[in-house]
Amino acid sequence: MTTGERLSELDRWERDTFSRAAERDAPFSTISGEPIKPLYTEADLPADPDAAIGFPGEFPYTRGVYGSMYRGRLWTMRQFAGFGTATETNARFRYLLDHGQTGLSTAFDMPSLMGLDSDHPRSEGEVGREGVAVDSLDDMETLFDGIPLDQVTVSMTINAPAAIMLAFYVVAAERRGIGPEALGGTIQTDILKEYIAQKEWCFPVDPAMRLVGDMIEWCSKHMPRWHPISISGYHIREAGSTAAQELAFTLKDGLTYVEQAVARGLDVDDFAPRLSFFFNAHIDFFEEIAKYRAARRIWARELRDTFGARKPESWRMRFHTQTAGVSLTAQQPLNNIVRTAIEALAGVLGGTQSLHTNSFDEALALPTEQAVRVALRTQQIIAEETGVANSIDPLGGSYLVEALTDRMEEQAYEYFEKIDQLGGMVEAVKRGFPQREIADAAFRYQQEVEAGERRVVGVNAYTEGDDLATPILRIDPELEVEQIRRVEAVRGRRDADAVARVLEQLVEAAHDDGENLMPLLLEAARVEATEGEIVNALQTVFGSYSEAPVF
Amino acid sequence: MATSTEKKIRVVVAKPGLDGHDRGAKIIARALRDAGMEVIYTGLHQTPEQIVETVIQEDADAVGLSILSGAHMTLVPRVLQLLKEQGADDVIVTLGGTIPSDDVKELKDLGVAEVFTPGASTQQAVDFIRGAVRA
Repeated sequence: MTTGERLSELDRWERDTFSRAAERDAPFSTISGEPIKPLYTEADLPADPDAAIGFPGEFPYTRGVYGSMYRGRLWTMRQFAGFGTATETNARFRYLLDHGQTGLSTAFDMPSLMGLDSDHPRSEGEVGREGVAVDSLDDMETLFDGIPLDQVTVSMTINAPAAIMLAFYVVAAERRGIGPEALGGTIQTDILKEYIAQKEWCFPVDPAMRLVGDMIEWCSKHMPRWHPISISGYHIREAGSTAAQELAFTLKDGLTYVEQAVARGLDVDDFAPRLSFFFNAHIDFFEEIAKYRAARRIWARELRDTFGARKPESWRMRFHTQTAGVSLTAQQPLNNIVRTAIEALAGVLGGTQSLHTNSFDEALALPTEQAVRVALRTQQIIAEETGVANSIDPLGGSYLVEALTDRMEEQAYEYFEKIDQLGGMVEAVKRGFPQREIADAAFRYQQEVEAGERRVVGVNAYTEGDDLATPILRIDPELEVEQIRRVEAVRGRRDADAVARVLEQLVEAAHDDGENLMPLLLEAARVEATEGEIVNALQTVFGSYSEAPVF
Repeated sequence: MATSTEKKIRVVVAKPGLDGHDRGAKIIARALRDAGMEVIYTGLHQTPEQIVETVIQEDADAVGLSILSGAHMTLVPRVLQLLKEQGADDVIVTLGGTIPSDDVKELKDLGVAEVFTPGASTQQAVDFIRGAVRA
């Protein structure tokens, strides 16, 4: 059949067969508001399927970044974990590794994320609550006690003070005789998305971007197995964006980091292979799968054709996925096991390189051991029992999935153009453009839920039945006291003169945009300067940041 | 809705502590504004002292605190205490965020008028604040 014949057959089917029954009362759109047709057919495939879809491990990587994907190696099961002091989190790390997890992922507490030591007045009540407290090299060493850093890959979710935490990590490994070249893992570092969504900052935008450049450059020379950045959409989505906004803003952030690295004189092929990404896996199944496939295709094209990268390794977008925290309900928490499983499946069918599955109690608190075990088992069941990893990109060629992939790509480019018109992503962020888009999308979604147009089981639909009381993880306030003692002990026993000297050198170097700060940060780690002290020192040069909120 | 002769209800929406999760606070702020209230959104990273200062300066009738960091049992009692010390404990204090049910009870005993946990609607917040302030 020709395309014309297919389309008229489709018309015929709609008129004669489909329209015999009335449609049910439902929005028939994705959670992002994208309308979905009753039927997709061959007419919805891309005009040139070979170019647009292609093969796994080959440009444009729509079907997957590696030739063998899960046939060769499953995704890494990497549960985000952290609470209390380094001792508690070390125990949780070991629990997860003992139960079959294949990589580590570190959640830091709010003071650590914001560059504050645990004994800072603003840290009161916050220590160890949202993640692990790390004030110093000593904490970093305790955190990974008994864990072979040259064999286990470690991810660290920290952004504004990322360069400092990386320094602590590298020196902690150094003290065990492991050089930076042997370390595998990721540090999140993606500061643009902080201003956009996650809202954890220490410095204004421009010096923050300089630190990112310093890390990318230093790691490209000294840490070939490390990802110095995880360009993230997860938080953008959690803040309320649509899937297309998540895709567009994340990729645009990534392209901006590439631009800036090239502007400082790096060859794109020297650093692009170590860039990595981090996406959300939300509950609208097919939209998510299309999003990941579009992401790979766009990135490959931009790196090869816009930036002129020559190595295929530079074109390949590799990403971590986390199931959507915002999709979890406090009502009937056991239902969240189902949500997480479906979201995890979308991540797998979308070809993720590593995956975190949320625990069912996470709308209430940080996960208990039992809850996180179920979350880990969810991944293991998908891998071992469902058969979805038997074949690569099993949904490739699906009329619906390919159409949505194309549509996502189209929407991303519409946003790229808007952002370019504003003067690029850094300028757009300074003007609050992505922040406003996200706030609007979040409000729109909330209105849909409250109007009953968007049904959420247990919240505005099927609300019958009591919840059995869910045991939740409680953070012992004693841990804050203990952590304060720890950091005071570090300050008490170290060479104060050496610390003062290194911080002085750091301040001087910070004035010079052309000097890479990593070597001095490593020195600061070695003399046991604390995170707060290092951030303070840098703030004397960089200043700090406060947001002009848009709502 | 407020009639033209009634003074607009003034609400401060605040993010205490280091918590950066502002999706809910912004939605509440917009909903209260759409419902005809005068809304002052403090933005992020406010100390209890800064929040109470804003409440008093803005002559607010109510304050909505939003905390998803787990630090609520330190920050909320502090806000309540400061409001009392500064003679502003007639201000209606509401709270939203990741607040375990055991803590809800304790906070209400300390003076929080209502806690809106995940799943609560903006309409509930609007109705409660309007009812509590006009009472």
